[in-house]
Amino acid sequence: MSKLVAVFVLLGAVLMGQNNAAPPGNAENGKRLFLQKGCYECHGTVGQGGTGPRLAPRPLALPALMAYIRQPAAAMPPYSNKILPDSEVADIRAYLASIPEPPPVKNIPLLNQ
Amino acid sequence: MAKQKKSPVDRRGFLRGVAGAAALAAQVPSAVAQVRAVSAPDSSAAEAPSNARPGSDFMLDVIKSLGFEYIFAMPGSSFAGFHESVLNYGGNKNPEYITCMHEESSVAMANGYFKIEGKPIMVCAHGTVGLQHAAMAIYDAFCDHVPVYILLGNTLDATRRPGEVGWVHSVQDAAAMVRDITKWDDTPVSLPHFAESAIRAYKIAMTPPMMPVVLVADTEMQDQSMPPGTDTRIPKLSLSSPPAGDSAAVEEVAKLLVAAENPVIVASRAARTPAGLKLIVELAETLQAGVVDQHRRLNFPTRHPLSQNLRTQGKPAIVPAAWNTDVILGLESSDFYATIRQAKQRGNVKAISINSGDLYSKSNYQNFQRYAEADLSIAADAEATLPALIETCKRLITADRKRAFEARGAKLAEAHRNAMEKTRADAAYGWDASPISTSRLSAELWEQLKNEDWSLVTEGFWIREWPLRLWNFDKHYQYIGGAGGEGVGYTAPAAVGAAIANKKHGRLSVAIQPDGDLMVANGVLWTAAHHRVPLLMVMHNNRAYHQEVMGLQGLANRRQRGVDNIGIGTKIYDPFIDYSKLAQSMGVQAEGPLSDPKDLSAAIRRGIDVVKRGEPYLIDTLTQPR
Repeated sequence: MSKLVAVFVLLGAVLMGQNNAAPPGNAENGKRLFLQKGCYECHGTVGQGGTGPRLAPRPLALPALMAYIRQPAAAMPPYSNKILPDSEVADIRAYLASIPEPPPVKNIPLLNQ
Repeated sequence: MAKQKKSPVDRRGFLRGVAGAAALAAQVPSAVAQVRAVSAPDSSAAEAPSNARPGSDFMLDVIKSLGFEYIFAMPGSSFAGFHESVLNYGGNKNPEYITCMHEESSVAMANGYFKIEGKPIMVCAHGTVGLQHAAMAIYDAFCDHVPVYILLGNTLDATRRPGEVGWVHSVQDAAAMVRDITKWDDTPVSLPHFAESAIRAYKIAMTPPMMPVVLVADTEMQDQSMPPGTDTRIPKLSLSSPPAGDSAAVEEVAKLLVAAENPVIVASRAARTPAGLKLIVELAETLQAGVVDQHRRLNFPTRHPLSQNLRTQGKPAIVPAAWNTDVILGLESSDFYATIRQAKQRGNVKAISINSGDLYSKSNYQNFQRYAEADLSIAADAEATLPALIETCKRLITADRKRAFEARGAKLAEAHRNAMEKTRADAAYGWDASPISTSRLSAELWEQLKNEDWSLVTEGFWIREWPLRLWNFDKHYQYIGGAGGEGVGYTAPAAVGAAIANKKHGRLSVAIQPDGDLMVANGVLWTAAHHRVPLLMVMHNNRAYHQEVMGLQGLANRRQRGVDNIGIGTKIYDPFIDYSKLAQSMGVQAEGPLSDPKDLSAAIRRGIDVVKRGEPYLIDTLTQPR
């Protein structure tokens, strides 16, 4: 996939992700897979980011996430369908979407010093 | 570490051991007496008690003249003569013997001590097995431009080596195995020679680029009585002034900086001393230029409006192309190639390097990094060059340039403020997570440190630089950087060494300690307890060699084999290590493991209370991977 096409796929997918349609996937199984498949090693157990970028809350829409996982940029290794089938990606995305927003910074005294 | 072999004890050796240990027989365990016996040379007659001064007393006189505060060492028979002089002739004061449990720890502790105190520490070790243990930490110091003063014991005279162990602990050229990673070494053959070389070694170690040096002390020279008429003059130490940049080159650098529209100062090991930090602030404020601190030392206050580190989101190794920089000034940059690469690709960027590393290079180890295509390179110490550079810049600045600088400074300050807001927002993600997020851990610590005179004695890399992003660092001693050679096993001993240096200043030393690193050299916990080292050690316990987890995971995925097996050899589980019990077993008060962030505040308070009473404290916290 060329970089230009990838950008359009991502952009479209992000826009799609903003509608209110219920995304597919099993969040509970997604959490298990997120830990088992090592996603948390770079992104943190609640997708807060680590050596890799933040994934949650408000994850990429499923097509964009799927496209990125199959052909990632930067340091992320590719997860092929053989290693992480489409259905498992959907479950992982459901888990990421289930993660609540963090408390507002203004409500965290420790971050206002 | 020298292990005593169970070899038969010959009679003369036994006699010497008895004679040497007689006065202490009531207190000294029999095993120690046997060790002394095994150490006796089997070709010599037993030495009668003597009031004559042994050579090691004079060696200590020389060493005392250099002002060492401590000796960090694990004991070894090849420098036992010197050790005894330190305790009984020198009164175990200046230097005081600090008991270490591994030579690698001795050297890493010396590394941490220097970065706080600005003075080197003496390390003693066997010339063979001790030096082999010490090697990784010596490499760290070599890469990190840290002087460590190493004294090796060795027996050159083959007829004086005590039995089988004495032979396997002897070597023709003791310093050879670390010659590639030290700046200078010598094997003196007489006491006057020792005196001259000891002073020379100190001078060489302390001249930028500073690096470890090795002095070999022959056991016979230590043990034998000083011959009548021995020249006991101790040469005067005359330290070299650090090499400053050539004035014409400095003028050229100043012209480029004053004319630049968007210059960036990148500092890595530039601030050797507190004065260095102040000079970098002065240069930045004179030019109203942004500063990126690569944090091999604390070069620039983290909350200074001209600090642009937060814009790098904790990854200050590279000047991003998007910054549209036109001049990059690298001050003692450890990897200037990587620093300037992206910006250079945009073109029309002048890269200037001032680096004392250019004055001293070796071939074998590749710590010199890729060749950086600088437009102007000055082989000089950055800190020593800054006063002239600042004055020249001030002379060249016109009123027009000053107005432009002020406008630039305002924009940079705004960028800093915006980045700070974004950083705080980023820190909130995963705030209540368990395992505990590294941002939460850092924020909880800062809450209780901010009104103390504190010093962070571990590096920020393993926790996404959160302390450096959230805390207000503005004093040189508040940060010591990491291991120059990136060797695992540096962090814990360096923290203890730094805490020893902070102790007399009454500072509160804090370590955020990676678990894998602690397991390389956890004997430093005992050293900290035994010597009453005030140090709050908070574990970053992610139960893995996490850097390797990620690397192996990436490799397995690229090979289409999945990640199911990558925990083998990289994760620390089955069983999990209980670090609080480990610490307690060595006399360090401890608690944990904690996995709920709500428990952190009270634990930190308890820890600080103990540390303020002058003792170490460990909190085991289960943390996110990074």
